[in-house]
Amino acid sequence: MKVLVPVKRVVDYNVKVRVKSDQSGVDIANVKMSMNPFDEIAVEEAVRQKEKGVVTEIVAVSAGVAQCQETLRTALALGADRAILVETSVELQPLAVAKLLKSLVEKEQPQLVILGKQAIDDDANQTGQMLAALLGWPQATFASKLEIADGKATVTREVDGGLETVALVLPAVVTTDLRLNEPRYVTLPNIMKAKKKPLETVTPEDLGVDVTPRLKTLKVAEPPARKAGIKVPDVATLVDKLKNEAKVI
Amino acid sequence: MTSLVIAEHDNHELKGATLNAVAAARLMGGDVHVLVMGKDAAGVAEAASKLQGVSKVLLADGPQHEHGLAENAAAQVVGLAGGYSHIVFPATASGKNIAPRVAALLDVAQVSDIIAVESPDTFQRPIYAGNAIATVQAPDPVKVITVRTTGFDAVEATGGSAPVEKVEAVADSGKSSFVGREFAKSDRPELSAARIVVSGGRGMGSAENFKILEALADKLNAALGASRAAVDAGYAPNDWQVGQTGKIVAPQLYIAVGISGAIQHLAGMKDSKVIVAINKDEEAPIFSVADYGIVGDLFQIVPELVDAL
Repeated sequence: MKVLVPVKRVVDYNVKVRVKSDQSGVDIANVKMSMNPFDEIAVEEAVRQKEKGVVTEIVAVSAGVAQCQETLRTALALGADRAILVETSVELQPLAVAKLLKSLVEKEQPQLVILGKQAIDDDANQTGQMLAALLGWPQATFASKLEIADGKATVTREVDGGLETVALVLPAVVTTDLRLNEPRYVTLPNIMKAKKKPLETVTPEDLGVDVTPRLKTLKVAEPPARKAGIKVPDVATLVDKLKNEAKVI
Repeated sequence: MTSLVIAEHDNHELKGATLNAVAAARLMGGDVHVLVMGKDAAGVAEAASKLQGVSKVLLADGPQHEHGLAENAAAQVVGLAGGYSHIVFPATASGKNIAPRVAALLDVAQVSDIIAVESPDTFQRPIYAGNAIATVQAPDPVKVITVRTTGFDAVEATGGSAPVEKVEAVADSGKSSFVGREFAKSDRPELSAARIVVSGGRGMGSAENFKILEALADKLNAALGASRAAVDAGYAPNDWQVGQTGKIVAPQLYIAVGISGAIQHLAGMKDSKVIVAINKDEEAPIFSVADYGIVGDLFQIVPELVDAL
């Protein structure tokens, strides 16, 4: 069974981004970029399913600027077999990405697409669900456990209040939550091996997909700052402040 | 111009998140209708009909909607989308699951997690874990939106008297099915709706030590939360997680115990009215957002606090 794993290049999760002074966006020049952490979990899950003998081939996919090749090389070093980059300098929004992925799915015919539940830059949480809708496939978002057998994926999902389990008829889309697995570290020999794995580049035009952004960003601003408060010396003072100053208890 | 708000419920009770979503929808202009999809959910539809500002409730009732499967729910919403300018979901696990499916089927963009409505087509939403606020305009004819519930004060749950209209439930997709659910039973208030939240971090040291927070939560009738670090370390269940990838909360009082204050955590709680931080490291970033901080050993301070309340 073939699996497609879309991965996104994002600002590293340790970087605190700054808003540009002209409010046109955030400043991402010269900041560290990494694979979206949820997508790393998706690659790891695909690799584990391959190690279990369920999956036979893992195709990593990314869409964006030429540097997304680095992200794909990381996916290959984690254990993906080959990679496809849809190269474009246009700002890609989730619906456009879902359409690009749909086109690649039609070409590659995977039984499963597994990807992160959200990217930590735009925090949209849309692409997986949109892809499933466009393909007419079932979906299981926020997965914390995945079992594949007999043409079905049984997925445990993190939902409000606890866990829910659904069964999907394959082919299907699964999006990952934090507790699905802990991604392995990339080793030097695997980085060297990854350099030799095939990486194909296509464009949105090749795939016949219009990726023109739909949403218009008018402004990006700093959130209102919260003023730092005071340190209190002891519990008695704290209780007094909460009762008489803040009046919250 | 009319908005359709998708109700959050468990077939018995209308959930509070719906009230915040209705509040946001009212700011978009025009009438507000509510769609209830469920099984034997007439009681939920009746509760929805009493919400302030709601002029009609649609009820799609059938076994295929019992568990909120996204495939069926999205098909139902798309079938009704024709007359609506805005389709509005609360940004709950369920809303986030269904909304993008609806947007894609309608071939429109989705605006996720809005915190303010500037005009019928312009909204504010946080990006980069809340470190920036984007103002976005959605030119598509139908706007599919998820609403961050903490961004909008709930409408009154009583006083309205909207008619309830039954609509035919769509056929089951046959592609997904519900297997089971494991919900922890708790007498505490729900995390995202609680007036007071007590949260623990890695500083708690173990799952066993987390129990000292229960005494504090009991005293305050508070919900319990946790940082991602504490969840990752196995000290607390995942549905307690507050932060960028967990729950977003904005209670009257948030007490952060042994939480250093990573940006991903601050993203989930910095809109709380009053923040108290208890941490032994006086340089911890949590103190930069706390109204009241105590530097010291939480294992001494928390029991002292329980006694003092």
